[in-house]
Amino acid sequence: MSRVIIAGAAETDQVGKLPARSTLQLHLEAALNTLADAGLTTKDLDGIATVSFPGPVQVAHSLGITPRWMDGTAVGGTSFLLHVRHAAAAISAGHASTVLITHGESGRSRVGTSRYALSPSSVYGQFEAPYGTFGPTTSFTIPVLRYMKEYGLTHEQLACVAVVQRRWAAKNPRAMFRDPITVDDVLASRIVAWPFHLLECCLVTDGGGALIVTSADRAGDFPKPAVHVLGTGESAETPLISQMADFTQSRAFRLAGQAAFAEAGIAARDVDHLMIYDAFAHLPIYGLEALGFVAKGEAGPFIADGNTEPGGSLPLNTNGGGLSYTHTGMYGMFAIQEAVRQIRGEAAAQVAGPEVSVVLGNGGMFATAGVLVLGRQPR
Amino acid sequence: MAEKAAPVPTPETQAFWDGCAVGELRIQRCLDCGEAYFYPRPVCPRCGSQHVEWFTASGAATLYSYVINHRPAPGFEDEAPYAIAVVQLAEGPRMMANLTGVRNTPEDLVLDMPLRVTFERRGEVSLPLFTPAGPTA
Repeated sequence: MSRVIIAGAAETDQVGKLPARSTLQLHLEAALNTLADAGLTTKDLDGIATVSFPGPVQVAHSLGITPRWMDGTAVGGTSFLLHVRHAAAAISAGHASTVLITHGESGRSRVGTSRYALSPSSVYGQFEAPYGTFGPTTSFTIPVLRYMKEYGLTHEQLACVAVVQRRWAAKNPRAMFRDPITVDDVLASRIVAWPFHLLECCLVTDGGGALIVTSADRAGDFPKPAVHVLGTGESAETPLISQMADFTQSRAFRLAGQAAFAEAGIAARDVDHLMIYDAFAHLPIYGLEALGFVAKGEAGPFIADGNTEPGGSLPLNTNGGGLSYTHTGMYGMFAIQEAVRQIRGEAAAQVAGPEVSVVLGNGGMFATAGVLVLGRQPR
Repeated sequence: MAEKAAPVPTPETQAFWDGCAVGELRIQRCLDCGEAYFYPRPVCPRCGSQHVEWFTASGAATLYSYVINHRPAPGFEDEAPYAIAVVQLAEGPRMMANLTGVRNTPEDLVLDMPLRVTFERRGEVSLPLFTPAGPTA
C-alpha cells in the first residue's frame, strides 16, 4: 500500500455559530488555512476531494484548481476519512500527487446549504419515515436500549460519556461547551429521545476543516511535522437503522477497523490516542468494542472508570468531541484534525508524545465507517 | 397541522402494500436458502439468489428496541412523546413500527414483549403498526 502523509491540516478560523459564512465559504476558508499550514498554493494541488455538496468541482473551481483526480464520495460524516484512503490509493497509482480534502458545513446557521429530503417513494420514505422519524435523534438512538438490556449498560454509564468528554473540552478554548458537568446534570437535562437526554446528543454548529495529502517521500518538505497515514479502512452496513444486523454492535465499525489495523500492522495496545465519532453518547461505547480496545459489554464501565479521561490510559476524543467541541453535521473532518494536532504536538489538550493515533468515523446512522491509523513515524 | 409522512409504493414494493390493504403482512423469502427478509427487494440478501417468493407472515412479533421521541415529526405533534420501535417478526426479519394500544412509556414498553400487527390508514396506503399481543398491556 502507498505511503502517504498528511502535509497540511487546518480548521476554519472559528467553529460554532458563524451566520456570516456560507457552506462554500467555510470550505474555501478551511482550504486556504490548510494551504498556509503546508506552505503551498493552489497551484501545487492536482487532486480534490469533498462530499457531494458543494462538490469537488465547485470547490476546485472556486479555488482555481484544475484537478487531474477527484473524489466526491459522500457517505455521511466519515466521508473525509474515506477521502484520505482514496487519495492514498490515487497517489500510489500516480493519478495525483497533492490532494486537497475539504469540509465545510453551515449546520447550525444553514447558510447556503443543500436541501435534505428523501422521497416518500425511497426505501426510507416507505419503511421508516411514516413512523415519525425526524433526523438522527430519532433513529441513530434506537439501538442503545437493546445494548442496555443485553450488556447491562446503565443510564449513569451512558451519561458518563458526556461527562468525561466535557473534561477534555474544558481544556480546549475553541470548544463550544467547556463548563464541567456531572452525571446528574446529564440525566436532568431535557429528554430528546428516551433514553437520550440533551447532553447525550451532539452540538449543531458551523465550521470546516481541510487536509493536504501527498507522498511520504516529501516528509520534511513542509513547515509542520509530517503525519504518516499508516493504515486505512472503510465499510458499509445499512442505509436503514431498522436493518442493522445486531443492535449491540456495528459491523461497519469492526470491519473498517480490522482493515486499517491490519494495513498498519498494529493492535489496539499500540494506540496512544483515539478519536471516535460521537454524534451521540453511545458511539464511543460501540467504537471501543468494535476496535477491540475492550471486550463486548465492557466499554461503558471502561469510560465510567476514567480510562479515557485526561490522565487516563487511553485518551479519547481529546478535543471534547461532537458532544462538547463542535459538530457541523459531518463531524469526521474534526476528528482527523484533532488526531493530526496530537501527533504534531500542537493540541489544546495535548497528550504526552503520542506515536500512534486512531480515528474512527461514522457515516449516516451506523450506515458507513472509516478508520485511519496515523503515526509520527512511518512503519 | 402538517400531515404525517405517507409511503409511496414502487413496483418492487407494491405487493407489500397490497397485502397491507387487505390486512396481511406480506414479506419475502428465498426458495433456495429459506431466508425470510424485509424490506422488499428482488434478491435474497443472505445467499444472493433471485429465486424468491412472497408469503404472508403471521403478524406475530416481539419488541426489539425503541426510543420515545419527544421532538415530534410533522403530523405527530398530538402524539408526542411517542415510541419509534423496531420489532422482530416471528419469521426473523425486523421492521420499524409505532406501538398502538399501549401507553408509550418506559414502564409499559418492555423489550421482548409479544406484539401483533395491526393496520392504520395513511394517505393512499394501509400502514402496519404493532400492538401488545397479550390480553393486557
